[in-house]
Amino acid sequence: MSIAGTRVVRVEDQKLITTGGTYVEDLRGDALTGAVHAMFVRSPIAHARITSIDTSEALAAPGVIAVYTAADIDLPPAPVDPVTQSWLADGVVRYVGEAVALVLAEQRYQLADAAELIDIDYDPLEPVSSIDAALADETLLFPEHGSNVMQVNGKEFDEKTFDDCEVVVTRTIVNQRVAPVPLEVRGAACTWGDDGRLMVWLSTQNAQIARTVVAAGLGVGEESVRIVTPDVGGGFGAKVGADPEVVALGWAARHSGRAIRWTETRSENLTSMTHGRAQQNTITIGGRRDGTVLAFRLEVVQDTGAYPRLPFLPILTELMASGVYHFPRVETASRAVATNTAPISAYRGAGRPEATAAVERAMDLFAAEIGMDPGEVRKANFIAPEEFPYQTPTGASYDTGDYATALDRVLEAGGYADLRAEQARRRASGDPVALGLGISSYVEVTAGDDSGGEGGRVDINPDGSVTAYTGSSPHGQGLGTSLAMLLSDQLGIPLDKIAVRHGDTDEVPKGIGTFASRSLQMGGSAMRLAADQVIARARELAANMLEASPDDLELNVDQGVWQVRGAPASSTVTWAQLAERAGEGELSADEWYDEGAPTFPFGAHLAVVEVDTLTGKVELRRLIAVDDAGPVVNPLAFRGQRHGGLGQGAAQALLEVMNYDPDGNPTTATLADYSFISATELPDFELVNMETPTTRNLLGVKGIGEAATIGSTPAVHNAVVDAVAHLGVRHIDMPTTPVRVWQALGDARKAEAK
Amino acid sequence: MIPAQFSYRRASTVDEALSVLAEHGDDAKLLAGGHSLLPLMKLRLAAPEVLVDIAPIDELRYVRADDDGVAIGAMSRYHDLHRDTVLREHAPLLAHVAGSVGDQQVRHRGTVGGSIVHADPAADLPAAILASDGVLVARGPGGERRVPAAEFFLGPFTTPLEPDELVTEIRIPRQTGLGWGFEKFTRRAIDWAIVGVAAVGRSVGLINMAGTPLRARATEEALANGASVAEAAELAAEDTNPPDESHAPPDYRRHLARVLTARALDKAAVPA
Ligand SMILES: Cc1cc2nc3c(=O)[nH]c(=O)nc-3n(C[C@H](O)[C@H](O)[C@H](O)COP(=O)(O)OP(=O)(O)OC[C@H]3O[C@@H](n4cnc5c(N)ncnc54)[C@H](O)[C@@H]3O)c2cc1C
Repeated sequence: MSIAGTRVVRVEDQKLITTGGTYVEDLRGDALTGAVHAMFVRSPIAHARITSIDTSEALAAPGVIAVYTAADIDLPPAPVDPVTQSWLADGVVRYVGEAVALVLAEQRYQLADAAELIDIDYDPLEPVSSIDAALADETLLFPEHGSNVMQVNGKEFDEKTFDDCEVVVTRTIVNQRVAPVPLEVRGAACTWGDDGRLMVWLSTQNAQIARTVVAAGLGVGEESVRIVTPDVGGGFGAKVGADPEVVALGWAARHSGRAIRWTETRSENLTSMTHGRAQQNTITIGGRRDGTVLAFRLEVVQDTGAYPRLPFLPILTELMASGVYHFPRVETASRAVATNTAPISAYRGAGRPEATAAVERAMDLFAAEIGMDPGEVRKANFIAPEEFPYQTPTGASYDTGDYATALDRVLEAGGYADLRAEQARRRASGDPVALGLGISSYVEVTAGDDSGGEGGRVDINPDGSVTAYTGSSPHGQGLGTSLAMLLSDQLGIPLDKIAVRHGDTDEVPKGIGTFASRSLQMGGSAMRLAADQVIARARELAANMLEASPDDLELNVDQGVWQVRGAPASSTVTWAQLAERAGEGELSADEWYDEGAPTFPFGAHLAVVEVDTLTGKVELRRLIAVDDAGPVVNPLAFRGQRHGGLGQGAAQALLEVMNYDPDGNPTTATLADYSFISATELPDFELVNMETPTTRNLLGVKGIGEAATIGSTPAVHNAVVDAVAHLGVRHIDMPTTPVRVWQALGDARKAEAK
Repeated sequence: MIPAQFSYRRASTVDEALSVLAEHGDDAKLLAGGHSLLPLMKLRLAAPEVLVDIAPIDELRYVRADDDGVAIGAMSRYHDLHRDTVLREHAPLLAHVAGSVGDQQVRHRGTVGGSIVHADPAADLPAAILASDGVLVARGPGGERRVPAAEFFLGPFTTPLEPDELVTEIRIPRQTGLGWGFEKFTRRAIDWAIVGVAAVGRSVGLINMAGTPLRARATEEALANGASVAEAAELAAEDTNPPDESHAPPDYRRHLARVLTARALDKAAVPA
């Protein structure tokens, strides 16, 4: 019997919830005995010239081994096209939290004392603390580049695009900056071995890419760097590859001749790890009063933060601009601008949530303008099931989907008609607690990166157990369990005899890692290929041992034995016997899978909120979701990804924002100020199932890591606006905090009075 | 997040604590639950040379009812107060407020004495004690003195307590039979109040509407003069000076004070 599709408790969990994982901070190996501790001294000013750095007092402090600044590090800076970034700030600091000096000390507590003794003089420059300030181009972050605009994409808009529309709505909306807040902050440990190789233990989402980054940064060959990922406590995109700190640490380990450990603080994590989202989007939507949308335009301004780390973010937003809709005309363009804030990089969804938020707000604005139910407007514009594969005007090729069914299921499960009736009752009675319903229909792209596939290797050990190696890099998702389930089904070997290994570049030299919801589809397909190869080899061997033709042999997956078709059950060989016959390491296959084309999960969410119209406070009452990512391998892990995604997405709509004041100082630099969501603020999620396989990989699966985040933000956001729509409110920027809702209500009242 | 160097002393009686304070004066700080002091030290906003840990002083962990009212030992934890049957009977507002401070960890460590002396304008218990006409009992080298809550909160994080004094007790006039209401307005359950209102009978204490906890005097007077709750609550923001933060500008806080005062007074109108 197949175990795929059954609720298997994640093999990872026993350790994580009993003894706890082994994170970088926990490592106690011989190689790190006597390691020194590192701390980065960071800029307290958003934009300034560094006029002098005096490290002498710090160097004399107890336990201090070294204090390094940019002047010491003899490495070319990192290219962050079209500019460069030094490993430690060189002459100019560009955001609060930028690393300026690196201190090494024998004991961790000595670092904080020593850091206070480093005397850095800053000559403040005008801070560029917002997108608008950046676009003004009065103060430049990189004068040598000539502009704060780092990247431009898209064609010029056609003046006539909306000419035939009866109704046109346009609005600029903010997709605010948020912080990833992984439970485990960033950390690394490193040491140079006698063999001249650098060993790095790193909290990362992909050891192999980290190896490339670190080797390139240090100017050594990739064979000179080994990266190992211990347990990783979350990344959400912000731990893709390796941050500049890691190269600085590798350099410092070489220069000082000491092994080094580094773990950042929570405030450091909030202010100097990359942030996500940070877009300002102008949407224009036009169509007929019957609900047909004729044209959609999206103009993206991406805040890159101080260094443009991820040029493809706004491009991905453009790619997914038209969402689940068959819009006849779609126009997009984007600009990316640098500001004196922490750099922006991937964060759960990376470019797609912004697209969905824009088009789903646009659909609601359009619906409100023509006075039609938002669900009906969506249905009038969906891409139809028979149109797949569907080529969007922005260049995406959607694989499979049934958007109308997803929405129907969610509305039915939620009791949409009854909820609308209840809303009408409350409005009629003047109830100060307003009810709001928010819909979002979404499609997103997974494994959409151009990283070129994933690796998988399967070894049958002499005792008949399996060791599998994946180039994916699970860090909390439970992928190890899912891969083992697939292998167990394919090979007929029980789960407890399958070990899945990952994240050591010496063990798995080729790999891409875990991001873009790519791991099961790419890593899982690679594993399938490898197991196919092993099965083919085993068939030959078994045929030989049983003196039968390979064609007559079959693998009995229920018992995990090879047998001759139709022959008595006694003549079988086990995997152990085969492995023994094959010889050490011979019953093994190492494969590379490249899907070639991405997959497009989709779904629909319905959020129900209550808004206290006297205080502006929003309570999320219900969140009902269809998240279709094809066939489900492990429903438990699948549900976990949806729960986390729903919570994180709702958090962006309601609470989370990483704020900077006009001087560029972060004002949400602790978890007391940065409002990430907790269970108390969330309802029980109502999950509705739907499985539409893709045609684009061996397993038929799409990615689920980000889908629910992408769908839930606009659903909750739309619900808040819907709750107060009858009071004249058309839009409230995220996060829809109490004060913003209250202010929107006040503005609407004033507008009405005029 | 590592504090500057300090030396650590433990005190298991009030006298012991007082003698360490007398020895070190300004350089010493009492450590109760540590939930305000330790974060400040880790951020290096406070750097006392000597920490006097008063957690072992069990003699200050009690709630007793006597003829005048209720006496609460300063080292009582929020959790103790929330569960205490004597307090629930005689000063139910305080028992309730103690149960809504922070989260479980905070409530098991944080003390009523620490909360009062820390004098954070955003803190919950100080406003409830103020509304309850509480009196604080302090001991120092010169003996014991009593300071009414109304005279204790001088400004943000500022009280008339001398560095060599220790708060031992909080005394609350009996509230048996009085109705009460508590409205704490937060973004998330774990947050400090953006604005809070603690009402008992016709007394109203405001949280985070100025640099100190405040009584809503105009509201109280209006009630005394026969105004309705709705009318009186409209005056709740008079003579306040709320802080300005991007997530809660002063006009919003004033509005909240009015709405929440009405809600708290409506609840308080129902006798316990
Ligand atoms: C995550 C978190 C959330 C919180 N949320 C809230 C909230 O919602 N509402 C709220 O009101 N508070 C909140 N707090 C603060 C909490 O209530 C603190 O515990 C309280 O303010 C201080 O009490 P403590 O016993 O921890 O004092 P400590 O931190 O030990 O001491 C605070 C100050 O008081 C002095 N002190 C302590 N006891 C005495 C005494 N008996 N005599 C003289 N001086 C003394 C100390 O020297 C120090 O200066 C929160 C704290 C945290 C960490």
